[in-house]
Amino acid sequence: MSSYHLDHLEYLETEAIHVLREVAAEFERPVVLFSGGKDSICILRLAEKSFRPSDIPMPFLNVETGHEFPELIEFRDRRAEELGAKLIVRTVDEAVEKGLATPTPGQTSRNQLQIPVLLGAIDEFQFDCCIGGARRDEEKARAKERFFSFRDSFGQWDPKNQRPEIWNLYNGRLNPGENMRVFPLSNWTETDVWEYIQKENLEVPNIYFSHERECFFRGGQWLPVPPAHDGNGTPDPYEGARPTKDEENRTMTCRVRTIADMISTGMIESPAECIDEIIVEVAAARVTERGTRADDKASEAAMEDRKKAGYF
Amino acid sequence: MESVSQHPIELLRFNTCGSVDDGKSTLIGRLLYDSKSIMEDQMEALERSADITGGGKVNLANLTDGLRAEREQGITIDVAYRYFATPKRKFIVADTPGHVQYTRNMVTGASTANLSIVLIDARNGVIEQTRRHSYISALLGIPHIVFAINKMDLVDWSEERFREIRDNIEDFLPKLDTFKDVKFVPLSALEGDNVVTPSAHTPWYEGPTLMGHLESVHIASDWNLNAFRFPVQWVNRPNNPTDKTLHDFRGFSGQIAGGIVKVGQEVLVLPSGRKSFIKEIQTFDGKLDEAFSPQSVTLVLEDDLDISRGDMIVGTDLLPGHSADISAHVCWMEQRPLQAGQKYFLKHGTQTVQAKVISLDSRINIQTYEPEPHPAELAMNDIGEVRLRTAKPLVFDAYTNNRLTGSIVLVEPSTNATAAAGMLRGPEKVYQPEYDDFMI
Repeated sequence: MSSYHLDHLEYLETEAIHVLREVAAEFERPVVLFSGGKDSICILRLAEKSFRPSDIPMPFLNVETGHEFPELIEFRDRRAEELGAKLIVRTVDEAVEKGLATPTPGQTSRNQLQIPVLLGAIDEFQFDCCIGGARRDEEKARAKERFFSFRDSFGQWDPKNQRPEIWNLYNGRLNPGENMRVFPLSNWTETDVWEYIQKENLEVPNIYFSHERECFFRGGQWLPVPPAHDGNGTPDPYEGARPTKDEENRTMTCRVRTIADMISTGMIESPAECIDEIIVEVAAARVTERGTRADDKASEAAMEDRKKAGYF
Repeated sequence: MESVSQHPIELLRFNTCGSVDDGKSTLIGRLLYDSKSIMEDQMEALERSADITGGGKVNLANLTDGLRAEREQGITIDVAYRYFATPKRKFIVADTPGHVQYTRNMVTGASTANLSIVLIDARNGVIEQTRRHSYISALLGIPHIVFAINKMDLVDWSEERFREIRDNIEDFLPKLDTFKDVKFVPLSALEGDNVVTPSAHTPWYEGPTLMGHLESVHIASDWNLNAFRFPVQWVNRPNNPTDKTLHDFRGFSGQIAGGIVKVGQEVLVLPSGRKSFIKEIQTFDGKLDEAFSPQSVTLVLEDDLDISRGDMIVGTDLLPGHSADISAHVCWMEQRPLQAGQKYFLKHGTQTVQAKVISLDSRINIQTYEPEPHPAELAMNDIGEVRLRTAKPLVFDAYTNNRLTGSIVLVEPSTNATAAAGMLRGPEKVYQPEYDDFMI
C-alpha cells in the first residue's frame, strides 16, 4: 500500500458498510428491501462485506405489484438463495384480497398500491428498520433524505422536520410503532453503482443488457408489451397496459436503465451488451435515470407525495 | 472500448452556506449547469416551471429546492445533497439553508464537509450570518474555506468593493484560526462569471475560478492518520455449528476512526485496559497487512478478551482521554432550550450513554465570537460551552484532533429528537494504564 488514501468508490463503500453495521447493532428486527434491481444488488454485496463470515443478520423483503419482469423474479430468488438469506415476498394481489389495499378505478399502475403492502409487511413482521437502495441523486425529493430516515407510526415522512444527521452518528432511536428507513447508498450516483458492479464483478438481471423486445409508445416513453393473456375466464392483469390500435408498436434493441414493474418502466434504445458499455452510456446520457420512470412523471412533487404517504 | 476511469478519482465533500437570497442554490445550479451535469429532462422541468411562475426565466435554484414548500416560499429549508463530477474529481455538495431557523441543518451539512463555501452578497458585505457560518465552519473543523463574493455584477465588478469585503473578513478570521487554507473569489452565480469559466470582468483578480479551486485544493491529508482509534461497532461471531474454524471465530467489526493498524501491533482495549496484539485484519476481500482510517474492517486479536460494541481498541501510544466529566461546544437544535440539570442520551462513536448537563459555562456571541459566561439556557441555534457528566466514562479525543472520536450528539429521551451536536474539548488527562506491567 503506497498511500493511505481511499478513492471515491472505496470511500462510498466504507461509508455504506458503517451504516449497515449500525443497523445490525441498533435495531431489533431490520429487513433489507431486495427487488433484484441494480441498487439492491449493491446493497447485498455491501451486506456480505459488512457481516461475513457471519450470516447476513436480516431477512430480505420484496413487494410485488404483480406486473414484474419474470427475469427479475428469477434472479431475485436465485440471489437470495445463494446468499443463504430468508426472502419474504408480499404482493399487491394478496393485499387487495385482504382489503389492505384498494385499487383506484381506471388506474393500471400499482405503484401506489405498494405503499399499504409495504406498511402491512412492516406491521406483520414488526420490522423496526427497512434498508433500501434509494439514492439522493435519483430525484430531488430524495436529495433531501437522511441516511436514517424517520417514519412516524403512520409510515409518514415529514421532510420539514427531519432529524439533523451529524458526522456518522446516526440517531436510530424509536418509540413503539415508529419505523426507520435506512439508505446506505445515499451518496452514490448511478455511475458509482455501475462502477461498483463492475469492480465487484456482480451479476445483474439480463434485462439491463441490450436485447430485442416488442415495445409501444405511450406518454413519451417506450413501454414493454406485456406478456400475452390466454383469456380463460380470468381478468387480464395487464388490462389498460396493452397497446391500443393507435399506439406505435415495434420491436426494439433496448434495455432498462431503472426497473420498476413492466407498466412503469420505460425501455431505452441501447446497444450496450456489457457493464463497460453501460458505464460509457450512462456517462454520456443526457436524461436522468428517473426520466424513464412513468411513476415519477405524474407531477413535479410525485415522489415527495408518495414518500410522505409511506413509499420508499 | 475506452476505459472510463483509468486512475483513482478523489471525492471532495463541500457545503455552501450564506444568508437568504445570497444565491446559494443558484450557485450550485450554476456549477451543475456549467459542468454539464444537468440533464435534459431536468432542464425541461425547469423550463416548464419557469413558464408558469418565473415569467419565462429559468431559475437554477429550483434544481436543489426540491420540496414543494421550498418552491412556494423560494427558500431552502433542508439540506439538499447534489452530486457531480468533472474529469478531475467527484463532488458531494450539501446545499445548506441560510435562514436562521434552519441553522441546525447547516451544522448537518458542514459536519461531513472537507470544504465550506460561504456566500456573500457583494452589495451587503459581511453580515451576521457570514460571521455565524464562518464560525460554524471553523467549529466543525472544516479544513478549507472559500468566501464567494457573489452578485459582483450588481456592484459593477468593483475591485475596491471586493477588497473591502475581504478586509472585513480578514479582520475576524484570526479569531477562528483553524482553516488550512482560505480563498476569496469574486463571482456572479447568476451570470456564471468565475464559477467555472474565468470572467472577463475581473482582470484584477488573479486567483482560480471557484471550480478550479474545488478541483485542485489538497485534501489528501484531511483524515487523521496519527493515533489508531477503532470503536467496536459489531461483534462478528458466526457461531457456525458445522464449520469448526467458523465456530471459534470472533472478530470485531468497525470503521477505523483514526490512524493506521498493522498485523502484529500491540493494542489496548478500552475501557477495560486489557492489552493484546492484532492477529488478523479481515475484510470480505481477504486479509490485509495494514488498514487505515476511514476503512471498515474486522479485527481478530491474539487473546480472547471480553469486548463488545461501544468499546474502543486503540494503539498504545498517543492515548485518548477517559472520563465521565466532559466539556464540549454544543450547537443547540431543539425548540426546548438546554438548561443545567437536564438529562439526555449521548451518542459517541458506537456507544450511547445517559448524560446530565452539569453547567452552562458560556454562550458564544456570534458577532464578537466572545463567550458570555454562565447563561441561564441555550436556545435553538445557540452555540455554547457546556459541562456534562456521563453515566459511564467516555474514551475520547479532542474534536480538533479527531472529528470522529471527538464528536457527540445529544438525543432528547422522550421524543428521540436529535437535540445537539457537540465538539469535545481535549481531555484534562489521558487514559492511565494501571499496573499493566505487572500483569501476567
